[in-house]
Amino acid sequence: MTLVLNEEQRLLKDTAKDFLNSAMPVSALRQLRDKKDSLGYSREHWQQMVELGWASMVLPEAYDGLDFGYMGLGAVIEESGRTLAASPLFSTVVLCSTIIVEGGNEEQKSILLPRIAAGDLNMALALEESPHHQPSGFTTTAIADGDDFIIQGEKLFVLDGHSAEQLIVATQLETGVGLFIVDANSTGISRRRHHMIDSRNVATISFDQVRVKASALIANAKRGQDILNTAMDYGRVCIAAEMLGGAIECFERTVAYLKERDQFGVKIGSFQALQHRAAKMFIELELSKSVVLDALSAIDDKRADLPQLASLAKARLNDVFELVTNEAVQMHGGIGVTDELEIGFFLKRSRSATQILGNSGFHRDRYASLCGY
Amino acid sequence: MSDLDQFRQTVNAWLEENCPPSQRIPITREEQVWAGKNKTFPSSDAKLWFERMRDKGWTVPEWPIELGGGGLDEQHAKILKEEMKRLGCRTPLFDLGIWMLGPAVLEYGTDEQRQQHIPKIARGEVRWCQGYSEPGAGSDLASLQTRAEDKGDHFLVNGTKIWTTNADKADWIFCLVRTDPDAKKQEGISFLLIDMDDAGVSTTPIELISGESEFCQTFFDNVKVPKANLIGELNKGWSVAKSLLKHERKLMAEIGGDTPGPSFSPIQAAIEYIGLDQSGRLKDIGIRDELVRHEMAFRAIGLTHFRSFEERMNGVADNNVPLIMKYVGTEESKRKEEVLMAILGHRALGWYDDEFNVDELLTNRGWLFSKALSIAGGTSEVQLNIIAKRVLGLPD
Repeated sequence: MTLVLNEEQRLLKDTAKDFLNSAMPVSALRQLRDKKDSLGYSREHWQQMVELGWASMVLPEAYDGLDFGYMGLGAVIEESGRTLAASPLFSTVVLCSTIIVEGGNEEQKSILLPRIAAGDLNMALALEESPHHQPSGFTTTAIADGDDFIIQGEKLFVLDGHSAEQLIVATQLETGVGLFIVDANSTGISRRRHHMIDSRNVATISFDQVRVKASALIANAKRGQDILNTAMDYGRVCIAAEMLGGAIECFERTVAYLKERDQFGVKIGSFQALQHRAAKMFIELELSKSVVLDALSAIDDKRADLPQLASLAKARLNDVFELVTNEAVQMHGGIGVTDELEIGFFLKRSRSATQILGNSGFHRDRYASLCGY
Repeated sequence: MSDLDQFRQTVNAWLEENCPPSQRIPITREEQVWAGKNKTFPSSDAKLWFERMRDKGWTVPEWPIELGGGGLDEQHAKILKEEMKRLGCRTPLFDLGIWMLGPAVLEYGTDEQRQQHIPKIARGEVRWCQGYSEPGAGSDLASLQTRAEDKGDHFLVNGTKIWTTNADKADWIFCLVRTDPDAKKQEGISFLLIDMDDAGVSTTPIELISGESEFCQTFFDNVKVPKANLIGELNKGWSVAKSLLKHERKLMAEIGGDTPGPSFSPIQAAIEYIGLDQSGRLKDIGIRDELVRHEMAFRAIGLTHFRSFEERMNGVADNNVPLIMKYVGTEESKRKEEVLMAILGHRALGWYDDEFNVDELLTNRGWLFSKALSIAGGTSEVQLNIIAKRVLGLPD
C-alpha cells in the first residue's frame, strides 16, 4: 500500500495535464455540445490519447498492454476530470477490458484486448435497467437455444452505448448472471442515443430476440456476478478519480475568483462566511485525495478490501463533487448561473457522474453491509 | 534484510522480553503513569515497564541520546510505535513536557536550558503544565495580560492563567507572559518557565460539564522568576508558542480518537443496543446512516494521516495537510460521540447509579469531554481561519 505517486506516475500525470490543457480544454466539450456532434467525442483526440498509451496502460503485456497499473491510469483520469475530456476510455478500457481480462478465455482475450490497446475497438457495458444503479438481479434474460443464447430485454444509461462497436451485456441466466460479448449491430439490437445534461454519450439499447453464439459468453453463471462486481469496483474507483479532478479544478477556479472579485470595496475572499466554506472544501478535497489513492492502490495490489474502498471513494466523491460544484456556482454569484462560465459544465457533470455505478446512498448501504452492520 | 526490517525485529524481540504481560492490556485512566517529583505507580509492573523504557531512552524515542532520549529518526520511531501498538504495549509515561515543552526547548533553548530540563522530562522526574489562555484571552490568545516585569536579576510575574490542565499536580508550568506592555500584541510576549513551588503561585480546580475537574485556574501574585527561565529571545515568545501549538494540535488530532470512553466501538455498540434485521442491517436505518457516515469519514481521515506520513518519508511533503488534521480530527471525534449517544438511547443518559454499567456511564462522559476537543488548542473556527489565510491565501 502506498499513497504517493512514484516518479514515473508523476511524470505521466504531468504529461496528461499538458496534453489535456492544450488539446482538450473544457471548451472542446462545449464545441462538441454546440455542434451536436454525432459521435460525442473527438476521434482525433481519442487517437492521441491512445498514442499516449492510455488505452493500453492497464492491459497485460501479453496482449499488447503496458501493465502500468491503476495508480497511473487513475492519475490520468483525474487530470481528464479537470478538463471534462470526453472519450471512450472509461467504458472501453476500465469497464469492458476488465471484464475480458478477468473473465475472458484465451481466444477472447487475444482477439479483443490487442484491438482495445491499439484504439481500434470501442466497447460499452450494457448494465442498468432502472432509474437507479442496480448491480444484480437483471430482467434482461439470456435463454439457451441449442448452441446459441437468445437475449431479450432493455438496457438504459449505457455509457458510450451508441458509438461502441461491441457491447458487453449483463443478463440473467437460468441461474446467475451471464456476461455476453455482442456485436452492437447484431439483428434485433436497436440503439437510441440521448443528449444528456453533461453533453456526454449515453444510449438506451433494446435487445429483441438477439441470437448470440455460446462462444460469446465471457463468464458463466458461476462467475458472472463476481467478474461484473470486480469491473464495477474498478469503474467506481476510476470515476471517483475523474470526479476528484473535476472537484479540484472547480475549487481552484472558485478560490481564484474569491481573490479577484471586489464588492463593498474589498475582495469577497476577505469575508469569513466565504473563507470558512472554502476551508471546509479544501479539507474535504484533501481527504478525498487520500481515499482515491488508496482505492487505486487496492486495485493494483488486488486487495480484498477493494469493495469497501470503491464504495468509500464513490460515496465520498459523489458528495464532495456535489458540494464543490454547488458552492462554486454560489460563490461566483450571478455569473455562476450563466452558460458562458465553465463552472456549469462541472455542475452538470457532477450529477451525471453521481449516477454512474451508484449514488451515495447505495454506497453507504453497501459499505455498512460489507462491514457487518 | 533492510536496516528498517532488522530494527523492527530487534524492537519486537526487546518488547517481547521486557514488556510485562500486565502492561499489554488496554490502559485505563487510573493506570496512566504521569511524570512528576512525587510520581506514583499503579503497580510494580507499571514501574518496571516505565524504568525499562526510560533506561532505553524510549519514553522520548526521537530525542538525542545524550539528553536521555532514544536517538531515533522519524522512520525508526514509527516502527517502535507500530510494534508497541501491535503488541498492545502501554505508553510508559505521560507528560506535557514530552509532548509539548520538550520539543520547544530542544528547538529554542540554550545548551544550559536543554541540560537542565530535557533529561528530567525524559526520565519523568518533572510534571509540566501549560499556561497560555487567560480569562480574557481565549481564541484571541495574543491579548493576554499576565505581566512579567524586568527587575534586573529576575522577572516579577503577576496575573492569572486558565485551563491549566492538572496544574494542581504539576511541578512546573510553561507560560506566555507580557514583557513589553507597549509593543503591538504579539510582539511584547515572552515564553517563561515557572516553578510551581515558587512563593506566590496558587491553583484552584474548575469543574466541567463531564463532572471532571482536571482543569485549573492558576494565579501568580508577585512571583520572582529567574532570568535563566526565559526560553528564546525576550519579546519573541510568540514564535516559540506557535511552534509548540503545532505539537498540541497534532496531539489533539491524535488523541481525538482516544478520549475517555467506553470499551466498545460504535459498531459493536450498535449491534448490541439496536440489533440487526434479517438482511444483516441495523434495525434503525437512520442511526445506521449516521454511523456509516462517521465510519467512512473516520477511515478517510486515517488514510490522510498515512498519506501525510508517506509524503514526508518520500520528501514530497505537502505542509498543508497537517494543518487540516486538528480541525477534522476533533470534529469527527465529536460526531462519533454523538453517534454513540444515539446508539445507546436512554441507556446513555445515566449519570451515576448501579443501574448503569461502566461503558454506559463512560459514553456520556466521553461525549461531554469531546466538546472541549474543538475548543482547546485552537478552536475549529480559528483553524478554518488559518486554512483560509495561510493555505488558500485568501485576503484579510
